[in-house]
Order: sequence, then C-alpha cells, then structure tokens
Amino acid sequence: MEELDGEPTVTLIPGVNSKKNQMCFDWGPGEMLVCETSFNKKEKSEMVPSCPFIYIIRKDVDVYSQILRKLFNESHGIFLGLQRIDEELTGKSRKSQLVRVSKNYRSVIRACMEEMHQVAIAAKDPANGRQFSSQVSILSAMELIWNLCEILFIEVAPAGPLLLHLLDWVRLHVCEVDSLSADVLGSENPSKHDSFWNLVTILVLQGRLDEARQMLSKEADASPASAGICRIMGDLMRTMPILSPGNTQTLTELELKWQHWHEECERYLQDSTFATSPHLESLLKIMLGDEAALLEQKELLSNWYHFLVTRLLYSNPTVKPIDLHYYAQSSLDLFLGGESSPEPLDNILLAAFEFDIHQVIKECSIALSNWWFVAHLTDLLDHCKLLQSHNLYFGSNMREFLLLEYASGLFAHPSLWQLGVDYFDYCPELGRVSLELHIERIPLNTEQKALKVLRICEQRQMTEQVRSICKILAMKAVRNNRLGSALSWSIRAKDAAFATLVSDRFLRDYCERGCFSDLDLIDNLGPAMMLSDRLTFLGKYREFHRMYGEKRFADAASLLLSLMTSRIAPRSFWMTLLTDALPLLEQKQVIFSAEQTYELMRCLEDLTSRRPVHGESDTEQLQVIFTFGLMVPHGGGKRLPLSQASPSLQKHWLLWTHVPLFPLTCVIHTPPSFRRKSGILVF
Amino acid sequence: MEEIYAKFVSQKISKTRWRPLPPGSLQTAETFATGSWDNEENYVSLWSIGDFGNLDSDGGFEGDHQLLCDIKHHGDVMDLQFFDQERIVAASSTGCVTVFLHHPNNQTLSVNQQWTTAHYHTGPGSPSYSSAPCTGVVCNNPEIVTVGEDGRINLFRADHKEAVRTIDNADSSTLHAVTFLRTPEILTVNSIGQLKIWDFRQQGNEPSQILSLTGDRVPLHCVDRHPNQQHVVATGGQDGMLSIWDVRQGTMPVSLLKAHEAEMWEVHFHPSNPDHLFTCSEDGSLWHWNASTDVPEKSSLFHQGGRSSTFLSHSISNQANVHQSVISSWLSTDPAKDRIEITSLLPSRSLSVNSLDVLGPCLVCGTDAEAIYVTRHLFS
Repeated sequence: MEELDGEPTVTLIPGVNSKKNQMCFDWGPGEMLVCETSFNKKEKSEMVPSCPFIYIIRKDVDVYSQILRKLFNESHGIFLGLQRIDEELTGKSRKSQLVRVSKNYRSVIRACMEEMHQVAIAAKDPANGRQFSSQVSILSAMELIWNLCEILFIEVAPAGPLLLHLLDWVRLHVCEVDSLSADVLGSENPSKHDSFWNLVTILVLQGRLDEARQMLSKEADASPASAGICRIMGDLMRTMPILSPGNTQTLTELELKWQHWHEECERYLQDSTFATSPHLESLLKIMLGDEAALLEQKELLSNWYHFLVTRLLYSNPTVKPIDLHYYAQSSLDLFLGGESSPEPLDNILLAAFEFDIHQVIKECSIALSNWWFVAHLTDLLDHCKLLQSHNLYFGSNMREFLLLEYASGLFAHPSLWQLGVDYFDYCPELGRVSLELHIERIPLNTEQKALKVLRICEQRQMTEQVRSICKILAMKAVRNNRLGSALSWSIRAKDAAFATLVSDRFLRDYCERGCFSDLDLIDNLGPAMMLSDRLTFLGKYREFHRMYGEKRFADAASLLLSLMTSRIAPRSFWMTLLTDALPLLEQKQVIFSAEQTYELMRCLEDLTSRRPVHGESDTEQLQVIFTFGLMVPHGGGKRLPLSQASPSLQKHWLLWTHVPLFPLTCVIHTPPSFRRKSGILVF
Repeated sequence: MEEIYAKFVSQKISKTRWRPLPPGSLQTAETFATGSWDNEENYVSLWSIGDFGNLDSDGGFEGDHQLLCDIKHHGDVMDLQFFDQERIVAASSTGCVTVFLHHPNNQTLSVNQQWTTAHYHTGPGSPSYSSAPCTGVVCNNPEIVTVGEDGRINLFRADHKEAVRTIDNADSSTLHAVTFLRTPEILTVNSIGQLKIWDFRQQGNEPSQILSLTGDRVPLHCVDRHPNQQHVVATGGQDGMLSIWDVRQGTMPVSLLKAHEAEMWEVHFHPSNPDHLFTCSEDGSLWHWNASTDVPEKSSLFHQGGRSSTFLSHSISNQANVHQSVISSWLSTDPAKDRIEITSLLPSRSLSVNSLDVLGPCLVCGTDAEAIYVTRHLFS
C-alpha cells in the first residue's frame, strides 16, 4: 500500500449512535449497507431493540443531481466520439481533433454551470440556493482546470502563443469586467463613474489594450487638461508589440520590438510624464511589469493566476512552457504573501503549471466530489499519449481505473446504468468483468427493460448473462402462470432444462383440462421445437391432435406410434398415448396396419413389464383391444364383422363400446372410466 | 434536415407524441407530450415548441422546446396517446391506465380518470395480486384499447368506470402494441412474431385472423396502419426488420426490409403524406423512409452512370409503379426496394431512440440518452 494522501473524511450517519452501538456493513458495487447490530458481549440476556433501519451509503452523490445528469448524458456522446477517433490519425489533424473534443467537453461543463447558476438564483430556499451556488463554483473550477490542461497538455502551445492562450484563459474566467464595462459605459458620464479607473485598470491587467484606449479617449474628451498624457498613454498601448495568430514574424523579432517598447515605457516613467495623474502612472507601472504595482491591484486581480498571467504579459511575453512553473510558484507566493495557505484549487493549477499530470489528476480526485471530471480528463490525456508509462500497482492503468470508478457510480444509479455500459466497453482489461458483475444486478421490472439489458449482453456475447436473464424472466412468467411467455423465454435462452419443465407444465395442464392452452405458440414452434425432447414431444403431440381433428387418421396414427417407438414420449405419458390409439382402432377404415398394431402391443408390454403392479386390468383391456385391432384381413379393406370374432372377444367388445373412446384425455395413470368398468371385466 | 434541436431533459424518454391539431386547422404542430421511464420518479410532461425563443432576451434558441407542465406518473410510462386535444392516456408498467387532463389556462395537468388494475397476472382482490405492465394503448374517441404483458386486451370508454370489454388470455405471450384497423377491429403484435386481428363484434377470445412471420418467431414491437389504405400495415421487429403486410391477403408479410441493427421500437406512417415512413430503434438511429415515386435524383443517377439500358428498364418499371402507387407504394414488391430512399435523421448514434412522432412537417423523438430531438422542417 502506498501511504495515504490525507486523513480519510468521517461521514456521520444521521440517526446512528456509533459510540453506543456496534455497527456492521457490507460493500456493494457503488454503495455500502450499514446497520446497527444487537451483538453485545456484556449483556447477553438483554436484547435491546436497536435501530430498525438499514442505511444505504452512496459515495458518488453528484450522480444524483438532476442538472449534472445532463453533463453525464451529453459528455457520454463526446466520450464515444473520442474513442472512435482514428488511431492512425497523426500530427496536426489528430491534435486539432483532440482540441475540438476538449472544447466540446468544456462547453458542456459551461452549459451545465449556466443552468445551475439560473437554478441557484431562482431557488426559493436559501439553503438550496447555497447548495446550487457551491455546485456552480465546483463546475467553474472544473472548467478552469480543464481549460488550463487543454492549453498545456493538449494544445501544447509553444512560447509566444502560450501567453495568448493563457490570456484567453484568464479573460474567460475573470469575467466580472463585462458587466462592469456595461455599467460604466451605460452611465451618463463614463469618465466620472466611480469605477471608471477600476475598469481601465482591469482592462490593462487583462491585456485588453484596445478597449482600455477607447476608455482613455473618453477621459481625454472629458478633461482637456489630461488629454495630452492620455494620448501618450494611448499611443503606448497601441504600439505594444504582440504576437497575432496570423503574423509571420519570428519570436526574436518580437522580443526585439518588445524590448524597444519596454525601454520607451521606462523612459516615460523616468521622465515623470504621468506624475500629474496617479491613475495613469500606476497603469504605466503595470505595463512595465512592476511587481509591487501589480500587487497593489490584488483586489482587481482577484487571484494569483491572473497575477501570474499579467506579470508574464508585461515582463516576459515570450515565456517558454518549461519556465512556467518557476513563475507560477513565485506568483503564488507573492500573491498570498504568507497570509493564507494555498487551497486545493491552487495546488491543482500549480501542478498543471509544473506539467505534473499525475499530480493534477490525483489532487482532482481528492478535491472533487465526483469521478466524472478525472475519468474524462484522464481519458482525453491518455488519447494524447501522455499517460502510457504510468501503471498502477493494482488493476489496470490509471485511465481504466478511473473510468471503472465512474462507470460503477453510474451503475449504482437507478437510471443512468445504460451510460455506464459504453464506458466499460472501453476498458480493455477489467471492463468486461465489471460489466458482467453489474449487469446482473439491474432490476428487471418490465420485459421492455429486460430486452434492453438482453440486447446489451447479446451484443457482447455474454452468453452466461443472457441465459440468466432469460431464466429470470421465464421463472417470473411461470410464477404468473404465463406458460406461453415462459416457453418463449426459455427458447430464447436455449435453456433445454427449463423448456422441459415448462413443457411438462403444459402436458399436466392438458391432462387436467383435456385441452391445450396457448395454441398460438405451440402450433408455431418451428425449429425451436428441437430444443428439448419434451418440447419436441409437446409439439408433436399437439400435431397429432391437429391431424386427428383434420381427420388425417393414417398420418395421426403413425405419428402417435413413432412418438413411442422413438422414445420421445415420456414413459409416464404412454398410457395416455395408448388410449389415444383406441379411437383410431375404432374407425371403420383400417388405420393401424398389422405391423403397427404389433408395435402398439409391444409398447404396451414394455410399459406393463416395467410397471407390473399398477393398473393391471387397464392394460389387459388394452391388450384385448389391440388384439381385436389385429383381426384385419391383410391388404387392407374392411374390418371383419364383429360376429366373426371369437366369443370372448365379442363379449369384451360389447363392454367396450360403452366406454367413451375419444377424447380419452383426462388420464395418465389410472383412467377413471377404466376403473369404473374394471369390476365387471373378469376374464 | 439541418435544423434539428436537441435538449437534454434529465430523464429517459420512453414516449413522445404530438398533440393533434384541431380539425381543419392550418397551424403546424406546436405542443407535444413525453413520458419517462426507469427513473426513480417518472413524469408525463407537455412541451411547447412555440416561439418562446424570441422572447428570451439573452439569445435563447428559437425552436428550442420549453416545458409547459408535468405531472408525476406512477411506474414507467409504457405508452402514451392523445385522446383528444386536452386528454392524454398513459399506460403504466404498474398495469394502470391513466387519463390526464391538460388545463391550458393555468398550464397544469391533472388526473382525469384512472383504471388502476387494467392489467394483472393474478387478479385484484386475491392476496397474491400481481400486476402486469400495460404495454400499449390506442385511442379512437370515445374508445381506448389497452394491451399488456398479461396477454389481456381491454376496451375502455372514457365515460365508463369499468372496462366495456375484456379479452383475458387473448395471447399466450406478451402483447407489445395495438392499433385500430377499422372500428371495431383492432390489430395487435406479440412477442412471438404474430399479428392478430380482433373483432369486438365477435364474442369469445379468439382472434379473427392471425398473420405471422415465418418460422423464426421474431418478436414484433410496433405496428402502424397506413392512414388511407387500411389494409396496409407496417410492423417492426426485434431484429430491426421492417415488415409490410396486406391484411386482406395471405398470412405472411408482403415485404421484409432489412433496417436497423437492433429492436425497432416504433414505426409511423406520415399521417398526411403516407409515402413517407419513420422508424426508430434501440441501436440509436432514426430513419426516414421515402417511397414516393418522384425521387428525381435517382433517375438522374442512372443517366450519369451511362447505363442507358438499365435506366430504360427502370423507367419502364417506374412507369408501372406510378400506376401501382395509386394502389400503394408500399405493397409493390421488388422494384419498390430500390425506389425507397432512406435517410438517417440523427447525427451520431448512441443510446436507444425509444419513440418518435410525426405531424405535418414536424418530428419529435426521445432517447435513453435523455434527449428530446425536434425538427420543424422534415421535408426541406
């Protein structure tokens, strides 16, 4: 084990007094169950009724936020798009794709943040409003970190453009200036507005010199006395050399020009040109990168990274990425000035400036309340091939570890589980087993939901899970007495054992009621019939009934016989089959040939030899009838008239004609009709 | 199809339905209802695509749909149908069928009527009562027909407390969807690939006709009837196939068209332009099938290819089809296949598209990715 990065936080469960009572717990995939136990060594005899509740403790609470659900769903699509980016794309096109993906992620965070902000404002309950506001600040921090990572790790901006990106970054996140600007410009006399100089200073701090110049011209118009120095300041602002994206000038050229401009500013300071206007002089000092002057504007800078970027802009605009961490650290130290200690966000940004990706991810994992951020950021950085070397001492690599955590959190949620599936898919090592573990725990309250889960399993050839889901559904259907449904599900699962069980239920129902239920299914089994012997028998036996109903006696007879001779029919059902043969023997036309009748008798003997005790008289009667059936002139034709039979047979036959021959369906072992007559039948 | 608006709504959408327009109205659709599923709390919601965007000061998107009102729904919304302008019938996974009433004055929804035990496995009153999900509902004022996993068919009337007619054990497997063929006949599809026609004039619990796919017993999930030619029926199956049936003849589909890669959840003929058909699927796609005969790009394609002989033969068969299309462009067999033009309407596919509805030039669909997509320019 590595050492802990910090003390684990203590979560108190409301309503449980852990000092008084002992507690037990069990881990779930995304949750933990906790309850009090009544186990107590000292007072064995006394059973104090303890707290009757079981507590479910969730670790990833953000998953349950209604607004963050939009973030999860929308970013899921972006995540899939990223996984599909062609691995073979290299160089510029790949980089631009990755930057686009990163921007998409950020825009989703921003949209979420804006909505959260709206809700926070509209919240009637102040506690609620505070909660939303804190969510807003978390989202805002997430976007800030992501944006910086995008500049440093994905865009990998070189010296020169690096500072332009950082300026954009600061402008995007310190955005109070826009409302201030609107406020000042909207007033009757902008240059007399209380915040006029604040506004100009902020504009300069953010490097928005064109806007600052326009503001100055307003001041020049309003007070002709300072018009001259305002114009000089304006010129300085206009001539500050900056790298524009379309410009082809080299860094050295830029550095040279910038040096000249810097010296010019220096001269104005030494000449005390702006001595009459302290505002302008302080602006000049800022533009010279004077640290003390910058630190005077702490309020307006609002944070150390703004200070860092402004400081770089006016002292080292062509800063190299490698030197960033030095400036970052010293800016942080200068800005805090030993008054306060850095916050988690400061540490994360500092780690980013040091290009320590792992530290960034680690600090984020500790500081943020959800896995969404680290999972997606790590995945993106992994696609930039920045994390290859790092392997954890457990499980797979860091990307996979974080994705698994995130996806498990989604699976713990009652409805976001569908999103989790795709994340598991892109975890090559442990994704599959995790999915297998989680998917079986999805509650299946409707068939439609079950079908969706089944589709997920079938697409991934998870046969074991497919079987188990179908079995659950088949069992449910049996419990609800929906045999047709149960059979369909066991056919879908190719579960022969269960199909046999359901077929038996069908046959039992048939024996009880004398008719088949669910004919629409049984008549249309098709090749599925071959799944189990019993199912085949069910299908074929029903076919026999259909043939009989259609008066195709010869076909029916041979089918019936083959059901026994092929041993498909369960032995317990033979008696029913043999009695079913009776009405066929009854027909005027000869249906069973001599050979077939011998077969019937053999089947009967087979049955009696194995079950000697049971129903002797029944089998005897059947024997008599089958013998009678044999009394047929070979070569077909009419049955012999009864008068030509032996007297004893005649006697039996007369008795038998009282017996209803068809449907003789309500019996398997001991046909009641047979029982009734057996008293008379003495041979 | 450039203008398709997506909105994430924090609930998985199971059904989307346009509110019908008043008869003779020249307006385009602007209100639709949605139902959610698989959430801890499910809702039936009404949305408007009216020009709220224009009123929105900070650049709200025009055409973006806004929530009008919603109401909690017990259980998953399995199906949703407008009964009339104000009333919506919802089928629940708890076996309950509810009629919701929309009050346009104060924008609220209320429960108007409810049949709590419409579908069940073990009867209400018995100690082992267990409900069964109601899977489909269809309305034809004043009648409401529901089907469920219990294989039961119920016929309700809006003003009656009890079911007017119930067919117990109508199907041995799960009934997935129902539609009116022509009153008083209905059509159901089930999980063993059968299409059954029921006539409420007949007593007993036998269908008047059974049509089925051959052999494989692939479950059918959705059904829709051609708006003008009542014998033409389209169904969608578990394998994503689109089947076109002529219920007057034969017991097998007239044509089977390979479509989606997973369950087809819904199929709809365009109500006023029935040469167009729309399908959506578990595989996350939404398709527009165009079988109208005037697809000019197609013939010009043959020209460019320089395959004059093929073109000729096709143009002849097209001529024949023009005549045939008066009967139905969906029933003509082989040549139809290369005349149907299919367009995929959603940009990138991910999670299931559970439901769609079309009305005039407007289409709405809802997905498991918790997004509702709306377009108002279907044929542009």
